[in-house]
Order: sequence, then C-alpha cells, then structure tokens
Amino acid sequence: MTHAPIEGRAWKYGDNIDTDLLAPIGSYAGTTDAELAAGAPQCLRALDPDFAKGVKEGDIFVAGANLGIGSSREAAPLFLKLLGIRVVLARNFARIFYRNCLNIGLPALACAEADSIEMGDRLSVDPTAGTAENLTQKRTLACEPLPDHLMAMLADGGLLPHLEKRLKRRA
Amino acid sequence: MGDMKRAMTLSEKIIARAAGKKKVQPGEIVTCAVDLAMMHDSSGPRLAGKMLDELGVPIWDVDKLVVVTDHYVNLPDETYVRMQTHAAEWCKSHGVKHFIQDKGICHIVLPEYGHVRPGLFCVGADSHSTTAGALGAFMVGIGASEMTGVLATGEIWVRVPETARIEVKGRLGAGVAAKDVVLKICGEHGIMGFDYQVVEFCGSGVDAMPVEDRLTLTNMAAELGAKTGIIAPDAKTAETLAAWGAGKVDVKAWRSDADATYAKKIVIDGAALGPQVAAPSSPENAADVAEHAGTKLDQAYLGACTGAKVEDLRMAAKILKGRKAAKGFRFLVAPSTARMRERAAAEGTLKVLEDAGATILPSGCGGCIGMGAARLPENAVGISSTNRNFLGFWVEAPKVSRARTA
Repeated sequence: MTHAPIEGRAWKYGDNIDTDLLAPIGSYAGTTDAELAAGAPQCLRALDPDFAKGVKEGDIFVAGANLGIGSSREAAPLFLKLLGIRVVLARNFARIFYRNCLNIGLPALACAEADSIEMGDRLSVDPTAGTAENLTQKRTLACEPLPDHLMAMLADGGLLPHLEKRLKRRA
Repeated sequence: MGDMKRAMTLSEKIIARAAGKKKVQPGEIVTCAVDLAMMHDSSGPRLAGKMLDELGVPIWDVDKLVVVTDHYVNLPDETYVRMQTHAAEWCKSHGVKHFIQDKGICHIVLPEYGHVRPGLFCVGADSHSTTAGALGAFMVGIGASEMTGVLATGEIWVRVPETARIEVKGRLGAGVAAKDVVLKICGEHGIMGFDYQVVEFCGSGVDAMPVEDRLTLTNMAAELGAKTGIIAPDAKTAETLAAWGAGKVDVKAWRSDADATYAKKIVIDGAALGPQVAAPSSPENAADVAEHAGTKLDQAYLGACTGAKVEDLRMAAKILKGRKAAKGFRFLVAPSTARMRERAAAEGTLKVLEDAGATILPSGCGGCIGMGAARLPENAVGISSTNRNFLGFWVEAPKVSRARTA
C-alpha cells in the first residue's frame, strides 16, 4: 500500500496539545455535517488564534509529545483536516486521537525528531516510507512507519470508505 | 494438564477470549468481538449513528449496545434540545433496546443499570470508558468513526497492551479516596506515564475501597495515558453488581495469573497518602493539598463521574455538616447519576450539603465540559472533583485549580 508524499508548510506547536484546544466546547455541537464544519475556525483559538485564519490547504501540523490527549471527540482531528491539514507529525500521540486521525483518513506519524521542526519550515512527508524531509533545514527525519492494515485503510481514505469496500465485497 | 501455558494478565485473558485465541502477547495485533458497546449523545446517534446510516447497514446486535444521554442535557438551548430529540428518535428508529436518557453520566450509569460484568470486552465512544475496568471488564475509549465500525461489524482491532501493576499498600486514611491515589500517581509518573499500557490496580488499599470509589481509579487511567485500567473482581464486586442488576457473576475466573508478566510494578503507600490537588492546567500538577493552603476560591464543583457518587457525597457531607459556605461563594453539587441522587437524598446526605449552601444541579457532564450552570466564570478560581483541568476544559482561563473537593 502506498501513499503519495505530502509537501507543505509546518504549523509547529509544543507538548500536550489537548482535544479541548483543538475542538473547544461548543464548537462541535449539532446534528449535521454543516454544523460540525462550522466549528473548524475555533480550532486552537485559545492557543493561537492565527492558526485557523492562516492555515492553507496542504499544510502540515507538527507537535511535540502527547498530541491529542483528552477526550475521544473526533472533531479534534476533523477540524485539522477541514482546515486543510494533510498530515500530522508528533513526537508521540494520545491513543484515541491517533486512531481518530487514521480513521478519518488523516495520516498521523510518530516522529522522534519532531521537536527539530520550526514553525513555517517546508516539509515533505512520505507516510509509506515513514520519513519526513525538512526542505528548509535540509535534513531527513525518521518516522515510525504504519502497520500494513492501517496503510490499507488510509489508502482507501479512512475507516468508513474502507468498511464500505469490505461490506460491498461481502454482499 | 501438562500443556505449556503462558501466564497471562487479566486484560490479556479477556482480549484472548474476545479474539477467539488461547493466548495473546503484548504487541500482537488482534481482532476482537465486542461484547458491549456504549455511546452517548455527543459521540453516538448524531455522529456514529449518522455514519452508520450512510453505510446503510443495521446495528450488528441491539442487545449489546447501550446509548446514554449525558452531555447535552439540561441545557436551555435550542440546539441541545434538537440534539436530544435526534438521539431519542435515532434510537427508536434503529430498535435500540437500551436507551438511558437523562439519568446521569454514562460511565456510572452503564454499570449501575447492570450492563457491565467481569470478563467482558467493551468499547465506549468516550475517553473515560476505562471506568468499567473497576468491575473486571476490559473497556477502552474510541472515536465516532471507530464506533461506526463496531456498530456495523461488532469487531475492532487492538494492539495487545502491556500491563503495569499499581499496588496500593494499606487502607486509605479518613478524607482520602481513589482520586488522591490517581492524582499522586499522575504527579509522579506524568500524564503519559503509562502510555498504551493497561494499569491494573491491586493491593490492600484497593481491596478496602468501596466499589464506587474503585470506579474512580479506572476512570482516571485515561489521565495516566493508559489504554485502560482494570481491577480483578472480588466478593465486593459481586455484591455491588448483584445490587445493580447484573446477576450472578464469576469473580474467580477473571484475575491475572500469579506469574503473569508486567511491564512495571509500582507500589504506593495508601496509608501515608494525604489529599491531593492538581493545579492548572494538567492533572500531573498534583501536590499535597497543604501546598495550596490559603488559595482564595470563588467556586467549588462537586460533580462528575469521578467525584459525585454516593460515597463522595457522603465524604463531603461529613466534612460540611454544621458548616456554611461563605457569602458569595458558589457551591455546586451534581450527583453522578439520578439513582445516586435518590440514594443520597433518602439517607439525608443531600440535605446536609444543601444546608451547607449547596445548589444541587441535575446529573450530567455539563460542569466538566464547561457547559451549563457549573461553568466557571472568567478569571474566577475554582476547585472541582472532575478528572481533568486542561485549559479550555472547564474554562478558557488558566486560573483554575481542581481536585476532589472533600
């Protein structure tokens, strides 16, 4: 299973970015896709109000340790995806957030050297090879490759399209 | 017998059974059949339910699904009323048998209504789903898409976690409870101190604990970075589960083998432990309450799945009997569940709290997630019995400390 390398600009934050920062209370209520999407501009409002305003399609989200600690709310990675983030790198992840990223089709890679990345660096991330090229600093960072069953799910676009395919095959 | 049998921890035994295997090893990826799935009004019908409908398949087994409303309850806002109606209608149209509306916080309601039993493999679409582990079940928190997968197939993949053993040596002293144990551990080992491990609590301090209080130990496994928490069931577990309508349970079968392998073993001196308070904005900022002596408070919130069960309310009542909250100080109490409110009212505990100046709020998650009457005003300093104190969790001002109130 392969996933094309993703090139973009890094938005770099520190340790312990929790789900309340990513999807604040009140930002993800409602029963429709439109209502949920309307909350995305609230992402990180308490930490960096410029993030949601400045982030562009194809950008890359980078954090330190424990990215996504807190609640199981899927709005946290979904808001990143809706704002245009195409891949997430962190020194390590909280387990539910990590699964949520992959389930919604947003590649998430653990990168021991994520702290070396600076805000605004240009990166090229290859989820299949498990590497991140820092084009600004001209250095290659090793990431933990994803197991095959998760690469297969990502290649389908996430858990739901993956399930749809499986269920169709079964029918 | 004579066959070579690898000793297993309680969690490994449950995962192996759910995966249809004789044994499993930490690190191995297996697919498990789900015995019980729980979702609430935030993660459930409006998200996982909607995605299930988009897939166009039915719920795999309506006997094994419990839907609880606790997040968007008692809020006088049109959006929330609409969400409640949506949840109720979705459950009705999908033949959901176990729909528990407005009766309290899902993690306590789930066992209180007899759904949790030792040995079950369970998932819940909420991060504190780890709570059920206190009754000898293996339960993990998942997101809404993952729950959709479970609703559609009844299965989920799991990387078998290592188990860390936390022994609480010695009975806890007066005014000290499970919450203090977890905050102490979190302060020493950090909020990701047990990353992807199962924390198994044991020892004389746990044996002596009421089952209600044990639920707080496993609830806050989430604050230790653990995949989940678990406690081997004993006679007290069986007695509590019988009272909650779970029927007769097998407590002997569900325990770790004596020679099981643990990733680490930690011992905490329960008898020497004092009350803990975690300063803003992480539970790992825990310290002895004495370090915060003299802090002026504007509000106290005795609520949540961690801190407002009957045992917790009794502890607060014992301290507050005959006392009165200062003028201008907000003292808010939201019992964890409606049934617990009834029990606390019947025995006079609620009256003691009300006499001390408490406003009794409806049961639900509102106070914890900064919604409803318990929301801490901007720039106010509060103390609470909730499990988290992240920036933005209760308020978006860093001036908040929280801990068990008693």
